Amino acid sequence: MKAASFDYVRASSKKEVLQLLHEHGEDARILAGGQSLMATLNMRLTQPKVVIDINRVEELNRIRNESGYLAVGAAVRQVQLTDRAELAREVPLLAKALPWIGHFQTRNRGTVCGSVAHADPSAEIPLCLVTLGGSVVLESLKGKRREVPAAEFFQGLLTTDRQPKELISEVRFPLAQDGTDYRFQEIAMRHGDFALVALALCLRADGAHLGVGGVADRPVAQTLPLGDELPAALNTLAWSLGAQDDVHASAAYRRQLVRELGQRLIEEPSHARPR
Amino acid sequence: MHAPAEQRSEIELELNGETRHGRTEPRTQLCDFLRHDLGATGVHVGCEHGVCGACTVLVDGVASRSCLMLAVQADGRRIDTVESLARDDVMNDLQQAFSRHHALQCGFCTSGILMSCVEFLQRVPTPDEAQVRDMLSGHLCRCTGYTGIVRAVLEVAGQRQSGESQQNASENPNDV
Amino acid sequence: MSDHSTETRADGSHIGRSQTRFEDQALLRGLGRYADDLATPPGTLHAAVVRSPHAHARVLSVDVSEALALKGVRAVLTGEDVKRWAHPFPVGVRGAPMEHWCLAVDKVRYVGEPVCVVIAEDRYRAEDALDLVRVQYEPLKPVIDPEKAAAEDAPVLHDAVGGNVVNERHFRYGDPDQAFEDADHRVSIKVRFPRNSCTPIECYVVVGQYQPATGVYDILSNFQGPYALHSVMARALNVTSNRLRLRTPPDSGGSFGIKQGVLTYVVLMGLAARKAGAPVKWVEDRLEHLQASSSATNRVADMEAAVDADGRVTALRYDQIDDCGGYLRAPEPATFYRMHGNLTGAYGIRNLAVRNRVVLTNKLPSGLNRGFGGGQMYFALERLMHQVARQLNLDPLEVMRRNLVPADAFPYRTASGALLDSGKYADTVDLALRDGGYQELIQRRDRARAEGKLYGVGLCAVVEPSISNMGYITTALTPEQRRKAGPKNGAVSTATIGIDPLGGITVHVSSTPQGQGHQTVVAQVVAEVLGVDPASILVNVELDTGKDPWSIASGNYSSRFAGAVAGAVHKAALQVRARLANIAATMWEADAERVRFAGGKVFIEDGPSLGFHRVAGTAHWSPALLPDNESGGLRETAFWTPPQLEAPDDDDHINSSLCHGFIFDYCGVEIDRVTGEVHIDRYVTCHDAGRLLNPMLVDGQIRGGFTQALGVALMEEFAYGEDGSFLSGTLADYLLPTAPEAVEPLILHTETPSPFTPLGAKGMGEGNNMSTPVCIANAVADALGRDDIQLPLTPSRVRGLIGIDEPPAPEGLEPLAAPRAGGPALQARDSVVVPASPQTVYDTVLDPETLRAIIPGCHALELEGENQYRADVTVGVGMIKARFAARVRLSDLDPPHSLRLSGSGDSAMGSASGSAHVTLVELDNGHTRLEYVYEVDVGGKIAAVGGRMLQSASKIIIGQVFNRLAQRLTGKPVGGGLWQRLRALIARLLGKGDAS
Repeated sequence: MKAASFDYVRASSKKEVLQLLHEHGEDARILAGGQSLMATLNMRLTQPKVVIDINRVEELNRIRNESGYLAVGAAVRQVQLTDRAELAREVPLLAKALPWIGHFQTRNRGTVCGSVAHADPSAEIPLCLVTLGGSVVLESLKGKRREVPAAEFFQGLLTTDRQPKELISEVRFPLAQDGTDYRFQEIAMRHGDFALVALALCLRADGAHLGVGGVADRPVAQTLPLGDELPAALNTLAWSLGAQDDVHASAAYRRQLVRELGQRLIEEPSHARPR
Repeated sequence: MHAPAEQRSEIELELNGETRHGRTEPRTQLCDFLRHDLGATGVHVGCEHGVCGACTVLVDGVASRSCLMLAVQADGRRIDTVESLARDDVMNDLQQAFSRHHALQCGFCTSGILMSCVEFLQRVPTPDEAQVRDMLSGHLCRCTGYTGIVRAVLEVAGQRQSGESQQNASENPNDV
Repeated sequence: MSDHSTETRADGSHIGRSQTRFEDQALLRGLGRYADDLATPPGTLHAAVVRSPHAHARVLSVDVSEALALKGVRAVLTGEDVKRWAHPFPVGVRGAPMEHWCLAVDKVRYVGEPVCVVIAEDRYRAEDALDLVRVQYEPLKPVIDPEKAAAEDAPVLHDAVGGNVVNERHFRYGDPDQAFEDADHRVSIKVRFPRNSCTPIECYVVVGQYQPATGVYDILSNFQGPYALHSVMARALNVTSNRLRLRTPPDSGGSFGIKQGVLTYVVLMGLAARKAGAPVKWVEDRLEHLQASSSATNRVADMEAAVDADGRVTALRYDQIDDCGGYLRAPEPATFYRMHGNLTGAYGIRNLAVRNRVVLTNKLPSGLNRGFGGGQMYFALERLMHQVARQLNLDPLEVMRRNLVPADAFPYRTASGALLDSGKYADTVDLALRDGGYQELIQRRDRARAEGKLYGVGLCAVVEPSISNMGYITTALTPEQRRKAGPKNGAVSTATIGIDPLGGITVHVSSTPQGQGHQTVVAQVVAEVLGVDPASILVNVELDTGKDPWSIASGNYSSRFAGAVAGAVHKAALQVRARLANIAATMWEADAERVRFAGGKVFIEDGPSLGFHRVAGTAHWSPALLPDNESGGLRETAFWTPPQLEAPDDDDHINSSLCHGFIFDYCGVEIDRVTGEVHIDRYVTCHDAGRLLNPMLVDGQIRGGFTQALGVALMEEFAYGEDGSFLSGTLADYLLPTAPEAVEPLILHTETPSPFTPLGAKGMGEGNNMSTPVCIANAVADALGRDDIQLPLTPSRVRGLIGIDEPPAPEGLEPLAAPRAGGPALQARDSVVVPASPQTVYDTVLDPETLRAIIPGCHALELEGENQYRADVTVGVGMIKARFAARVRLSDLDPPHSLRLSGSGDSAMGSASGSAHVTLVELDNGHTRLEYVYEVDVGGKIAAVGGRMLQSASKIIIGQVFNRLAQRLTGKPVGGGLWQRLRALIARLLGKGDAS
């Protein structure tokens, strides 16, 4: 279980990264935390010609709180966010979701943008980004810098709007809004596993904005009415996700969790188990 | 740094306090390099896809899977492996507690677990059991059922705390 | 819980003390010497194995030329080499002309089966070359379900055998027919036990060397025994057994039975070394390990009990099928026969009928796995006992009590021939109930239920066999076949104690431990007998068949250490002590019986005293001082075998194991109604393993086995698709309990020494692998009031048992297609609308240029025949991509209404085949709706590591084909894909804005 050969370039600036991406496009892979890429390299599921290491690009290792969002750079590790005391105030949903991601040892190296780039349908960070209505900033050497809404960025299983020559230079999480209660809940086979169903919630007096991960081929968020209409709306949401059977859970189980856990999460805050 | 495919590039790193050199291909996993080139066979390889945790080492003090890093990425870094823990042939408090609590059987997963514990106890000096188990969830142990490991970590945390409070007490000039 | 390390025994005795382990220092400091840590000879090459992506296929051709041309590749071992140099592995049952070679020679019969070995200068290069070996397969229909495999019309794995049932035996003990006729009640249950594995964290390692001058294969491997398999390996290598020198490393990273399965790779790497003319090292990786090492045997069991009105079971009927995978690999079909003597469990049931069938299916060969045979057997028996109580409306505990073997009956001969050595079953049950708080647990259940919770209590009783009779496997043969083959029986263990000229004590045992702490216990036993400090003793556990004492029963299995190996060590120590006492007595002109050994001294009470090393040294330095019957030097080897382990008799009675411990477990579980998660509220496990040699290590074994069993109960399964693809290929798919899932059991002990072992110890360590899965299953059955409990009890499965009463799908959101039951044999439908007439669409599809353009990642398309093409295609999702040598075909042509588009191919990542039936529907506006129904089968690595994503990935790739077609017809990307349509629909249904 050893990777195929590739050239390795340790970039020292964003410019260099963009140049390399421009040169190699589809044949290049960005190595940030490596928590997904390295495993797929080792298994030869991916065989890039060039691996561009951005771990030492200082300008990509920045977290900024500005203009109503928290911008997280491409080289920022998940642990840097868990260590950020202000996060619970800035982006409480993300603060609640982070402990559910993998394990302490993988959060130590795994990056926030790497998780977004990989676009695993069960991943927590893309789910938060979509639920909060965040965005992804893409840059390339020759093209225009683009800011893509998260809901458009994720296009399906491991598939995103990123073009081969583009770098996800940062992702932007909208800051907490007054009067909104943020909740996160996940059911997995084990602690730290891929979610069978993950739910992210922004609850306001007039409605619930519920994000679902692990069911559709991408994270999906939907605004739902509260009160008597909620069960029917949850049912519609559950069926709309195209849940599928796999070795760990049935489609019916996943739909049922969307309905019942969704209702629990919206109506009974105590059911949001912290980790 | 540009390391061409199929060529061995020179790297330098600090392994357990010593400066070490080696030549490696870009694709070589850090764990393979540490074991087979630098002789740190205490680093164990159990899955090569970042799940089992046996290959965990400290990279600049941070617990990391060495199968999910390239050896070339360690260039210029400080790497600590399980071999660094004992001093002058005496096991450290954590190692001793592992033995007392029968926290290992085959010992294959143990090296990685110890290295996670090293960083964890620095970050969380007074953990409760749930926190210890959460930290251990990044490791697979097939022999012990984790009981001894949890007890050992909690005991060492307690000992270090009381040791520190004693030390603080004795350093206090008013405390005569 | 006590802190064992500080515990010392009042009598100063070492045996029975919780001595901390002498192994720990090295292992904790990273100084262990595991197989992959040891130095290899200069010039050692590295192997990688080409494996089958198909579950069942004929191997048409193997082309290694490109691989050999790669820089750094030294040789490729193929089936042809193997046929020239080797033999198939001997098979443990007669009359089944099944050939199992270490490489596939004609067919492949499971995903992951070795087809070639590439030998290169390092592992990375060897893997580069794997991708260059071209193997042509002709896929055959696989069979995965053992019951289907046993049917007449099933695809046959081994043509020479003619069917898939390779062994069938019927047994009758007592008069079961009469008992069933007389019974007040008949209770039956049918259960399935899944495939799983205790998955050691260290995988297989083999370093093969071949010495042409002597014809010796010298092979190092973390093999665990039993060494009866040495003969199997030697026969396969086609050498006399002294020409297979098999060595084990000092340390091994766990085994739990699984490292028995490395035997086929020992042979393979021996041959690889011969082919390469150099030492060859192979380190199995985790993907190889999960798909192609070994696993527990899955079983289907139909059980019936004859029960009287009081709940006394008068007879049992077993009808069982064991699924041993693609080949019957030695020691299979031992999964059945290890437990044969104790099929009646802890109960005094005199009438027994058994039908055992062994079938082969397209799965990896099964083998030893901790609790071997017990997990399977007790899952059936103890579910049945639970069912008896349910059906008769009795308390399960009462039913168990009424059937237990009474204390005054020991040693007790069971119906099928086991001699249960000792036990006080009823007392042990009482102890467990009292000290584990059973009454309080029942109250907890009642309270929880009153609060509306799903709470259940499960119980089980298990007789834990240890120290296998090497002859039990011959119970699979008929008495006539056995007479022809000659009787097999016994369990020879061995230990050697050498004392050097300065009194240093070195002990060697052939128990090949894998982490259990044998070195510590051996030192305790020797220290006790010789009166020295256990820390001063060195214990060597490496086994070298070229120079160490060993026998067929050597190795680490059937919990034989405490009873048999420690017993042999004790015997050897007594031999040494007798010689030393004799020497000392001669020096002191005293009676040898009065010589004592303690505190590192040899002495006579109130008399002369010498340091141990002085007396021992005499044997080396001063032979003249020795008594006449002493020849000097000091090394004693003891062999020990218990006389109770006899060969099966003509009526098929077999004392399958020497010792029989007793375990009584119970637990309380609470189930989350919504998520289906099973929460273990309390687990009590009470063991009688005879005399405990080191209680700390005993509890460690219990906790480890218990946690593995928890995995078996709740999450572990080697999953196969109906197409035979293996779906649990990574440790993110095959799930082991981690620390947060682990539960702390309350462990209780009682000690009834075995009369049959030198130290009164019985084997232990496997018991919870037998008891815990069924105990938890019984608790879940109790909580849910359900009978159809199947492992693993995943949240989804449990929620299914609770019942999912789904509200109907809103109109327009009905699922597109129900996927075919099980597996990745994916089936789904979709559609796309294109602004062109059906005839135009049809003609476009038949045009090869179009075909090339619409197949995603198509580098080349070459006409092979009418509507048949050869294609070079790279497909994938996200960063995951594979390059396939594919065949594409258009068929079932019905212009301009429908056609079938199929493709299949192989890549380094595995095989894939898909077929879409396309219907063209003309719409009112003259446009065409392409409706397509597709099926995809995926095998090899892609299925093994990507199971979670196969459905979505297939959808994306198939969707690409038709969207590209539409795009080609319209010249622009088509909107209105499924997702867009759904979003619009949801928005409409909810009367809100766009869903985002």
